[in-house]
Amino acid sequence: MSGTFSKSMARNVFYGGTAFFVLLFLALSFDTQQALPQRDNRANLTPAVAAGKKIWEVNNCIGCHTLLGEGAYYAPELGNVYKRRGPDFIKVWIKNQPTKVPGRRQMPQFNLTDKQLDDLVEFLKYTSEIDTNNWPPNIEG
Amino acid sequence: MQYKSQAVAKPYFIAAIGLFIGQILFGLIMGLQYVVGDFLFPAIPFNIARMVHTNLLIVWLLFGFMGAAYYMVPEESETELYSPRLAMALFWIFLVAGALTIVGYLMVPYAKLAEMTGNDLLATMGREFLEQPLLTKVGIVIVALGFLFNLTLTLLKGRKTSISLVLLMGLWGLAVFFLFSFYNPENLVKDKFYWWWVVHLWVEGVWELILGALLAFVLIKVTGVDREVIEKWLYVIITLTLITGIIGTGHHYFWIGTPAYWKWWGSIFSALEPIPFFAMTVFAFNMVNRRRRDHPNRAATLWALGTGVMAFLGAGVWGFLHTLAPVNYYTHGTQITAAHGHMAFYGAYVMVVLTIISYAMPVLRGRAANSNRAQVVEMWSFWLMTISMVFITLFLTAAGVLQVWLQRFSTSPLPFMVVQDQISLFYWMREVTGVIFLLGLVAYVASFFVKGEAATLASSTSGRAGIGTQPA
Repeated sequence: MSGTFSKSMARNVFYGGTAFFVLLFLALSFDTQQALPQRDNRANLTPAVAAGKKIWEVNNCIGCHTLLGEGAYYAPELGNVYKRRGPDFIKVWIKNQPTKVPGRRQMPQFNLTDKQLDDLVEFLKYTSEIDTNNWPPNIEG
Repeated sequence: MQYKSQAVAKPYFIAAIGLFIGQILFGLIMGLQYVVGDFLFPAIPFNIARMVHTNLLIVWLLFGFMGAAYYMVPEESETELYSPRLAMALFWIFLVAGALTIVGYLMVPYAKLAEMTGNDLLATMGREFLEQPLLTKVGIVIVALGFLFNLTLTLLKGRKTSISLVLLMGLWGLAVFFLFSFYNPENLVKDKFYWWWVVHLWVEGVWELILGALLAFVLIKVTGVDREVIEKWLYVIITLTLITGIIGTGHHYFWIGTPAYWKWWGSIFSALEPIPFFAMTVFAFNMVNRRRRDHPNRAATLWALGTGVMAFLGAGVWGFLHTLAPVNYYTHGTQITAAHGHMAFYGAYVMVVLTIISYAMPVLRGRAANSNRAQVVEMWSFWLMTISMVFITLFLTAAGVLQVWLQRFSTSPLPFMVVQDQISLFYWMREVTGVIFLLGLVAYVASFFVKGEAATLASSTSGRAGIGTQPA
């Protein structure tokens, strides 16, 4: 990088290149927003789902599990758990934690009410119906 | 130290190292919980330990960045810091707020903490890396604004170098993108989409500007190479960073409900993301080879070179490994991601903060460089931590490959927990390597207390080009 390529040229390429790609990214993001209604299952985004999402958040579920592949990798993927296990299993499972099996990874007891459990299941059902380009590859997540 | 007010950097660096120790201790707890599942349960469940581990990482790196900025900007601008008192006040506010947050995580159930701290007013908690209570998030914004105010005014009244401009751009970007952490829509897809505007546009965007600026600053100091050359490199590197990294955000938009075209945009642009890191490695070695002085602080030079190499390996190579959509389809959210995350954060951000600390701390303590003995201990810590991190990454990668095979790729996929049991050997090896990392960290801390005759610039300068003998 010697010769004719000067620092001020490098600086101009930086500002120009960055501005171009910021604008391109914003355009793609805008287009994504327009395309989301067909993919993000918003038709089923009920108040119960919203309440379920909040229960998911305030118990820091993402601190052990993944959801659509994002989160911690300590416990199973839950984006498709509704399809893998079904609503009743999920509720019974959460109620019965921790398993206290020696040496096994333990999930805390969150003391959720029946209403909260129903909302959480609704959230997981809604999540499992998002169009994820066919991810995960199989039901095990 | 050329300017008195640079001294405010010192407590920031000390706090950074203190929190780093906490981060590693919680990492070891989690590593053990991977194989002894009920370790410390229910006192410290895994999710709490992880939150402490990752949040401490972010906070100590921020302390490092802030200390670096307080050290660098007055020197670059050739003027005293606008307000050292504000810098010290913000230091205590940030430290106390950070400590209270960690204590909150450890002492109060997370749902209770959310209730106590106003999460019902504006729900922002419970999302990976952005778990902080609303109050803490607001505190971070206030600290960031005060910090940027202070530095921007310092810059405006003094010399405006490219290094300080790039640093300030990176820090302003950091603050601006953090504002997306307050946006948490009920729609999970939109939530995830904008969550990455904080996380990705930080670590694969504006933080790399900060990284480049820190590295460029230290390279000027330890090599004596002409500023024009180094700053030109800096612009080239950050150009490559942003033209690949911004659209590269798309590699997170493959499987979260966003349109399928992101598979192309994300794959192509993020496949180019190693290029700026490669350039950074070439840059660091090139500048050291062309050095016009032999700076007595050899440890700082080692850290600078190590940053280039390890950032390229961790962020560049290990990122590329799983960034193409057809590969990521199988590796997404497995231990492969964890492997990449560990080496990328260590190689890029941990090492660059340790680079600037290694260069600046001796100066802040009134000498050009530490004694030879102290530097030898510091260099031992460099190798112990760096080699441990390479092996942690290799073991997690092996675990990840097996996990992908058994759980995702095989014709008869096994359940998650069954697979975890089968790959536990690699988790054990990771944990043992983590202990060695801790030993490296102990050596690192110890190096600050090793006595001996401090090196001076004049005594050890060979004067290759006959210049550069004045204290930098």
